[in-house]
Amino acid sequence: MKKIKWSKTTGKNTMTYGLVILAYVVLQLFGAAGLMSSSLKGMLIPICAYVAMAISLNLTVGVLGELSLGHAGFMSVGAFCGTSTAILLQNAVPSAPLRLAISLVMGALFAAVVGFLIGIPVLRLRGDYLAIVTLAFGEIIKSIFNNLYLGVDSHGLHVSLLSDRTNLAEGGSLIIGGPMGIGGIQKIATFTAGFVLIMVTLVVVFNLVNSRAGRAIMAIRDNRIAAESIGLNITKYKMMAFVTSAALAGAAGALFAMNYSTVVANKFDFNTSILVLVFVVLGGQGNMLGSIIAAAALTILPEALREYADYRMLVYAIILILVMLATNNPTLKSWLDRLKSGRRKAKEAI
Amino acid sequence: MEAVLKVEDINVYYGSIHAIKGISFEVNQGEIVTLIGANGAGKSTTLNTIAGLLNSHTGAIQFMGENLGKIAAHKIVSKGLALVPEGRRIFLQMTVQENLEMGAYTNRGDLREDIEKVYGYFPRLKERYKQIGGTLSGGEQQMLAMGRALMSRPKVIMLDEPSMGLAPILVEEIFNIIQNLHQSGTTILLVEQNAQAALSVADRGYVLETGKIVLSGTGAELLGAPEIKKAYLGG
Ligand SMILES: Nc1ncnc2c1ncn2[C@@H]1O[C@H](COP(=O)(O)OP(=O)(O)O)[C@@H](O)[C@H]1O
Ligand SMILES: [Mg+2]
Repeated sequence: MKKIKWSKTTGKNTMTYGLVILAYVVLQLFGAAGLMSSSLKGMLIPICAYVAMAISLNLTVGVLGELSLGHAGFMSVGAFCGTSTAILLQNAVPSAPLRLAISLVMGALFAAVVGFLIGIPVLRLRGDYLAIVTLAFGEIIKSIFNNLYLGVDSHGLHVSLLSDRTNLAEGGSLIIGGPMGIGGIQKIATFTAGFVLIMVTLVVVFNLVNSRAGRAIMAIRDNRIAAESIGLNITKYKMMAFVTSAALAGAAGALFAMNYSTVVANKFDFNTSILVLVFVVLGGQGNMLGSIIAAAALTILPEALREYADYRMLVYAIILILVMLATNNPTLKSWLDRLKSGRRKAKEAI
Repeated sequence: MEAVLKVEDINVYYGSIHAIKGISFEVNQGEIVTLIGANGAGKSTTLNTIAGLLNSHTGAIQFMGENLGKIAAHKIVSKGLALVPEGRRIFLQMTVQENLEMGAYTNRGDLREDIEKVYGYFPRLKERYKQIGGTLSGGEQQMLAMGRALMSRPKVIMLDEPSMGLAPILVEEIFNIIQNLHQSGTTILLVEQNAQAALSVADRGYVLETGKIVLSGTGAELLGAPEIKKAYLGG
């Protein structure tokens, strides 16, 4: 039997991996040589988290073709569950990198479960309705963590909602304190961990997209009725993409949270969801390299504009508009296309 | 003769709209059976119900002796019952060949052999195997949708208005292909508004009016029936 070659974009994927590795090596060298400003150094981990967020959202928006406005909700689940895991394992697992890895996996697992539960009602909807319901779920997750109390003592874990009724025994400690979130976090997140997270995210997404299942997911995006008529299990494949996307966002959230000493639910609100969506739209739907560049550039930009303090958000907004106009300008587009095909021709000539 | 597909007393609703009102019919091995009727008669609803995309409140749908009632739509294709939906639903961003490969998603047989077989029926598709679906003409898209359905190796293929919106010359070409498929042993359930063309190729036909079967007979009988001549054949 002839094997179907599901992948068409291997070259671009290799380039994406290559550029991420290159960026990591260059930044490490700069850091070692003392050429990096402390403000940039402090941003490396959030950049990694946002890059992973953007790639994972691109799976839902670009590959599955469904507009999700609640992606920060999954980041939140990952942040709280991952950080709680790290705190609970503080003594049991002394090695910080191992504890971080376990916490990221736990963050991803919890986010996957939440993604599955949300996916059941959400994936039945289409278009605008789906977008609005994901927005609502993002807000619900925020409210839950704002009202969640989690404590641990010699009797085990205690959970309560709305008010602190954990009644911890002597020597117990509160991990999640409702609107106060989690405090006193050990900052075990590292740039290298962030780099590994991005690489893992890319491997997961590229392998899914280039698999048989990935072809099915894109077929559903392309034409739902045709996909149904060839016997694809629509719900299954949509769920596969949605849950994968949620799990990756959960890991990103866990990494993000463990870069700070406190984490609160309000950090992962609608604005964060929109911010990540902006990365995806600017970088191009389905274009993972674009997401990476957009997430990194737009996370650095507000910091770089710090000198202009009062005007910073204005300048940021104007740059966004200009980039959108420029990338959607037909003249510029055709010029870029010609440039690209010109280069390809030159390559073929060699 | 043995009925491969047997529809018994199905009723289908869209909310409060009663679209199919207790119809029954059967398709025998190797036959072309056509379901004709005006726009809105319930032809697509009938096919979609057989394919498992809609549910009947009553009755039963038997395919090769098995009740399809509780079986999910995506499992029905691999049982050998394929639907070519109305309106040339192809994957616009994939090439012709990729569209055909997708059609074999539930079929783990020899892909190359199946593709060559489809190209045998549709030489136009072979010439355009690398072309993106969205750039094909309407007739070619219809051929691609039919070819893609054949890739699942169906025992029965259901065609929903394959001639819709096509120029007469293309309608003729599509109907020639339907006859070729029939001659090579494929069982076909053909839904059409073009009663003349459908009844000319069909072994038997049923006439659907506002959700009810009002007339049935062989293709020749129906072509000659005065009420059909008046209502569907323009004279
Ligand atoms: N999705 C739907 N929602 C509500 N009514 C529908 C829907 N689809 C079809 N109908 C109605 O059901 C009846 C049968 O439609 P249909 O099966 O599409 O007819 P045909 O294919 O014969 O043109 C029509 O009255 C149509 O208006
Ligand atoms: Mg119809």
